Amino acid sequence: MPVRSNIVGIDSPEALEKALRAAYYLADDGIATASYLALALGKPLLLEGAPGVGKTEAAKAIAAVLGRKLIRLQCYEGIDASAALYEWNYPRQMLAIRQAGEESIDIYGEAFLIERPMLAALRAPDATVLLIDEIDRADQEFEAFLLEFLSDFQISIPERGTLRAAEHPVVVLTSNRTRDLHEALRRRCVYHWIDYPTAEHEARIVMMRASSVAEQTARAVVAAVGKLRREPLSKAPGIAEAVDWAEAATLLHKGGAGWPDAFKRSIGVALKDEEDLHYISPRLDALIAEAAA
Amino acid sequence: MSDELTLPRAARVFISFVALLRVNGFAVAPEQTTAFLAAIELLGPRSLEHIRKAGLATLAPPPERRATYDRLFDLHFRGSEAIEQADGEDEEVVRLQEEGRGEDEPLLADEANESGLAAARTEALVERRFAQDTTTDALRRLSHEAAARLPRRRGHRRRRARRGPFADLRRTLRESVRNDGEVLRLGRLRRRPRPRRILLLIDVSGSMKARTEENMKLAHALTQAARNVEVFTFGTRLTRVTRTLRLKRREQALNAAAHLVSDWDGGTRIGDALQAFLAVPRFGSYARGATVVVISDGLERGDPAALRDAIAKLSRRAWRVSWLTPLATAPGFQPQTEALIAIRRFVDDLASGGSSEAVVSHLLSLGSGRAA
Repeated sequence: MPVRSNIVGIDSPEALEKALRAAYYLADDGIATASYLALALGKPLLLEGAPGVGKTEAAKAIAAVLGRKLIRLQCYEGIDASAALYEWNYPRQMLAIRQAGEESIDIYGEAFLIERPMLAALRAPDATVLLIDEIDRADQEFEAFLLEFLSDFQISIPERGTLRAAEHPVVVLTSNRTRDLHEALRRRCVYHWIDYPTAEHEARIVMMRASSVAEQTARAVVAAVGKLRREPLSKAPGIAEAVDWAEAATLLHKGGAGWPDAFKRSIGVALKDEEDLHYISPRLDALIAEAAA
Repeated sequence: MSDELTLPRAARVFISFVALLRVNGFAVAPEQTTAFLAAIELLGPRSLEHIRKAGLATLAPPPERRATYDRLFDLHFRGSEAIEQADGEDEEVVRLQEEGRGEDEPLLADEANESGLAAARTEALVERRFAQDTTTDALRRLSHEAAARLPRRRGHRRRRARRGPFADLRRTLRESVRNDGEVLRLGRLRRRPRPRRILLLIDVSGSMKARTEENMKLAHALTQAARNVEVFTFGTRLTRVTRTLRLKRREQALNAAAHLVSDWDGGTRIGDALQAFLAVPRFGSYARGATVVVISDGLERGDPAALRDAIAKLSRRAWRVSWLTPLATAPGFQPQTEALIAIRRFVDDLASGGSSEAVVSHLLSLGSGRAA
């Protein structure tokens, strides 16, 4: 196992945490440790958590810290190798054959290969971060296919042979856990379950992310969101929703609305499900008053 | 490696921690152990907290077992100190270790070990004989239409087709080479559909008594009509009957199943039975991407929370979970039992299981609703 204890000057989880903060991502201990270990051990980082806890943001911040380009592969049901790996530019090959006439040409040359995210990351492992987003949406066959890629970091293209990464590329996988991932995939990766942050931590995130939110507003929003997450809602508000809510309420307040009212009117950015809104509305006033206290 | 001569003493405590996790049902691969040791070295380790985090990141305990992981960690690395601090909690750890995969493993009767084990139990275990009668229309309809109308999934591979959404450029290119680079015909491709696995879980408890026989016949017809069907029965225990139902002749298959299942017409502990189902990796993986159909009235004697957790877990693995209950005969059915209310938000369909016709119609409609 190739172990590099020092990556671009980062030699401990604490150092990484600091660097991530400079990239506008407030990491807690757990995620900083997991990310550092993934980088140092040269293993993929698998982040799981409820929607809206900042999994994708974490990958972006890691890319920013490393000063690398982020290549994102968004998974969907039915994704296959030609969308993830490579494809031949068939129309171009056909044209080339016709143009060549009697001469012989190599139609499997570089010019005819279309790079997809995984191949692109494999070819420039020192300049990219590969984000495989929402892997739980892809089919199981794709998961199995990914397994091969993630263990050896090599790809074989029948017409050209096997391509192997010069060094282990940085790979971040995210999953919303709408379905359980295969054990083998979890095993290959450094794993971190991102939980909702503590109120203290979340308030700091809201203040950093939102442009002009007062500390008191941030705390009130975080408290209210924390209460909402304990309700049996179909879609609990994530961190992004908390940020939006704080920002929206601040905006309404500047427009002349009173405080509890500003929160209440902007509830739509935090709860985006009719049934949830309906369920919570009788107690909304009390909930907001309690949070603002 | 030369390290191995000097390392063992220091490393032994970590490796035995991994062993402890395995005993307690965490799946840890050797490569994860290697990563764990490398991670500890990387982090210093300057405190126990570092070791705990290294373990969390590399050994990847599932989030819902985090608490168990933490307890085992304390037990192993803090030893008696931790036990004194939290004496109440530790009992559970000890019990877990003793139980292991031992005989108290709940309600699990595989085809191999059922009858001897069952005889020793105090539960009301009853064998049952099925009356024999003619095939109903519903079952005939099932076998006729199964191939065309049961749910399918989109396969990963593509096949040539006369028409399809993808151009078969590879084939077109090869053919054009044969014709001096002239494209005469554009080949097409489409995804090859495959039958989706169907997992049928049948409640055979006392409250379902009137329906059990019909349901077993239906399960037999389904097993015969489609590939990829798995059938389990549950009441106070869980029994896999897939293999017996593969017997062609129905009387023979049902009689064999009747001997195999030992908890006919008994009580219902659906939650525990489903938990037991999910706890066996081989069984649990039957649910992956499958159409899961539970035929049960949801009259649960056990803990509704266990049932809810099991169904939530099942729904994360399955493609679609249908709960068919004989109680839901009216169209605007609202569940009344505590168990059904608890699971309502995890199941995709809550429909009628009051007659074979209803069950067959539901099964055959699954394929057309949300295709692939």
